[in-house]
Amino acid sequence: MKLFAALVETLDQTTKTNTKVAALKNYFLKAPKQDALWTIALLSHRRPSRPITTTQMRAWAAREAKVPDWLFEETYHIVGDLAETIALIYPSNPEAELNRSLSAIIEDLIELKSKTDEQKEAFICQMWSQQSALERFAFNKIMTGGFRLGVSQKLMTRALSQALDLEEQTLAHRLMGDWSPQTISFEELLIKPNPKDQLSKPYPFYLAYALEDSFFDQESADDWFVEHKWDGMRGQLIFRSGEWFCWSRGEELMTSKFPDFNPLAEKLPQGTVLDGEILAFTDGQIADFSLLQKRMNRKNVSLKLRTEIPVIFGVYDLLEFEGEDLRHRPLTYRRTLLEELFQKNNDPQLPWFLSEIVPCSRWDDAKKEREKAVEKRSEGLMLKRKSSPYGVGRKKGDWWKWKSDPFTIDAVLTYAMRGHGRRSNLFTDYTFALWDNKELVTFAKAYSGLTDAEMKEVDRFVKQNTTDRFGPVRQVKPELVFEIAFEGIAHSSRHKSGVAVRFPRILRWRKDKSIDMANSLEDLKTLIP
Amino acid sequence: MYLEAVKKKKPPLLQFSSRGIYCAVADVYLDPWRPVPKALITHGHADHARWGHGQYICTEASLPILKHRLGNIQLSGRPYGDRFLVNGVQFSFHPAGHVLGSAQIRVEYQGEVWVFTGDYKLENDGVSTPFEPIRCHTFISECTFGLPVFDWQNPTEIHSQINHWWAAQNSDKRSAVLMGYSLGKAQRLLKHLDPNIGPIYTHSSITAMTEVTSAQVDFPKTLALNKEVDKNDLKGALILAPPAAAGGAWMKKLSNPSTGYASGWMSFRGARRRRGFDRGFVLSDHADWKGLLKAIKATGCEKVITTHGYTHLFAQYLREQGYDAITEKTAFEAETPAEETSTTL
Ligand SMILES: [Zn+2]
Ligand SMILES: [Zn+2]
Repeated sequence: MKLFAALVETLDQTTKTNTKVAALKNYFLKAPKQDALWTIALLSHRRPSRPITTTQMRAWAAREAKVPDWLFEETYHIVGDLAETIALIYPSNPEAELNRSLSAIIEDLIELKSKTDEQKEAFICQMWSQQSALERFAFNKIMTGGFRLGVSQKLMTRALSQALDLEEQTLAHRLMGDWSPQTISFEELLIKPNPKDQLSKPYPFYLAYALEDSFFDQESADDWFVEHKWDGMRGQLIFRSGEWFCWSRGEELMTSKFPDFNPLAEKLPQGTVLDGEILAFTDGQIADFSLLQKRMNRKNVSLKLRTEIPVIFGVYDLLEFEGEDLRHRPLTYRRTLLEELFQKNNDPQLPWFLSEIVPCSRWDDAKKEREKAVEKRSEGLMLKRKSSPYGVGRKKGDWWKWKSDPFTIDAVLTYAMRGHGRRSNLFTDYTFALWDNKELVTFAKAYSGLTDAEMKEVDRFVKQNTTDRFGPVRQVKPELVFEIAFEGIAHSSRHKSGVAVRFPRILRWRKDKSIDMANSLEDLKTLIP
Repeated sequence: MYLEAVKKKKPPLLQFSSRGIYCAVADVYLDPWRPVPKALITHGHADHARWGHGQYICTEASLPILKHRLGNIQLSGRPYGDRFLVNGVQFSFHPAGHVLGSAQIRVEYQGEVWVFTGDYKLENDGVSTPFEPIRCHTFISECTFGLPVFDWQNPTEIHSQINHWWAAQNSDKRSAVLMGYSLGKAQRLLKHLDPNIGPIYTHSSITAMTEVTSAQVDFPKTLALNKEVDKNDLKGALILAPPAAAGGAWMKKLSNPSTGYASGWMSFRGARRRRGFDRGFVLSDHADWKGLLKAIKATGCEKVITTHGYTHLFAQYLREQGYDAITEKTAFEAETPAEETSTTL
């Protein structure tokens, strides 16, 4: 644990990529293999499920630190991070000495899950008392997740590649999929993988960057493929040796969630891997993202659910064909093969469609097409360089996303909450409402978008115009109007307003508007496609 | 006698007015934030020792600092513990351990004793005269770090971390830039740097403050960082600079320096990251949670007035511990890490 805690400290202390890579490499060389494997798992979001609730953590830590619960909560709110609050608030013990390896501790935590609450409490408090503040922090983060060490999958893979002297691409592929240190060894995962385990393994997804302003001055439309950006869930379909697998971008195996794709497995040749978007598809057209979400939230995929919310795979890339890894080939090559494959199996009964290339001889054509996004049920456009190989992770230059302009609406500030960490003294988390007859109805929460100076000004307003308090939340006098931007909008029975919006954020403070000039719920509903 | 005074509901001995903490009987202000005729000053930080008062009284050890910062003012100094009368009210300065010359102010009238702490810490920092608990009825305490997450490590340990970090930079021929406020933190850091590691340079505002205080403290030898310094001489050196100077033109002279920042706020991971420094050292000139509680207990007081920091939370906690605790607003509010930018640390 000591070595791991020291790694966490070093990674935390620097913003320099090279220093981070060096620290990781050094750790991978020094750490016992099972610890190294768990570290890789933790850094790639494969932590074991949490054995205790955060409520238990808070209650136990407050009691052990002899701090009243209310003070613990206030302190937690100021620090902004539970793992850190507990690490700091716990009485320091310079003699603390914990001689237990990272993997042993994690195994303890996995076993703990099935124990009684008393046993859990005894174990956790004993661990805390034997740890230094730094170890306590690392230990808590193993349970709660969210290390935020500034280590991307890519950066970790690079360090591992240096430590093991293996190619980054190879390692990235081996690290994919549904593995756990409980069932596979370091050796089996990274050094000598078993070909059988490779059968289900997805390729690392290639990710796009948001388009930069200078793009159109530097690039000619001839070199690019333009497609719509489908608003669903990125997925990879693998058809190998008579089996098929569906992976999400978060490397979750989703095969059982989408039996809809079975007919594809019957038709497509073995050794085929497709990259595309999983979309809800009702009444012969692409449905809103919220429907897909609704389907994802259900545990059991019944026939009824499948009939109610069918899905379709919008395919746009071919990563493997006839068993050959095509990723190093130019996109034009992969696209030609994909089109041939699709034409051979272009059956409206099959749950897939080919994401069309938008004919585009000048950038103006693309701009016109982007305006059709709502009508086409897309989020905007994707621009892909024709000559590009299929990369690993996020790499700038070959794939760009060019989203449609967001929807906007003017809303009234009705509630405010204190921010976390640095902003814990300021009211920076806001709730906004729209008119419904003579009433203001909450429609969205938003945090970001204001300048520091504006935030301070709003903070002052909140403090001077509080009309009611609910714990950390203040109700304020309706007076300030803000322009709120959001990406998507759909009907929702879960929201009081009857409408759900995606990624709401503050675009600007409309100081020129009084609250009677704010929009109504009805205005909002007209934006629903 | 104290209880009688309370029963009679006389105005309190010290009041919080719009100009500062005021003793009406003596017609004297403590650390006032607006111009007044007569001011008693706890220490030389800018939010406690301000411009424009008619007459200043501080500790003898603070004299050179106040002269340096405020120039030509009407100023007199008193030794620690020396009791003097103003209109029948007895005043005295007692060590606060915050920065060189810092004091708590004890005020006694008709058997009632109040103590105003200014800023304080309990650890001996090797530069300022160590904190002394003073018995009183009412204790006006700062609580900049009045949350249970603030728990200072032994400063010796922190100083050795700093020397370690510098030595590592030195062996890589890199400069170590250490940030700390020019009054207080800088002298404390300097005092404990190991001059055997390499040369120590000071940024101009620290050079000046070090000179002012050098008659009272033995410091390791330092060199002034100015235009004439050859950049090759800075390789492996330690440069002591105030945080406000971070990112200034002088830093361009350094190739790939490592930067460190010493402050109590460095307890917070978020604060460490935000500042963008390579290393954060948790070293404060204010009392931590345990320190505040210990100091309050040692006064034997019944009433506590919290100022300066997480005042409301701290007062509520004290009330639960049986103290009569309230909060008063002052112009030296340091409620949040945003105050890092001020000079109170
Ligand atoms: Zn202060
Ligand atoms: Zn101070």
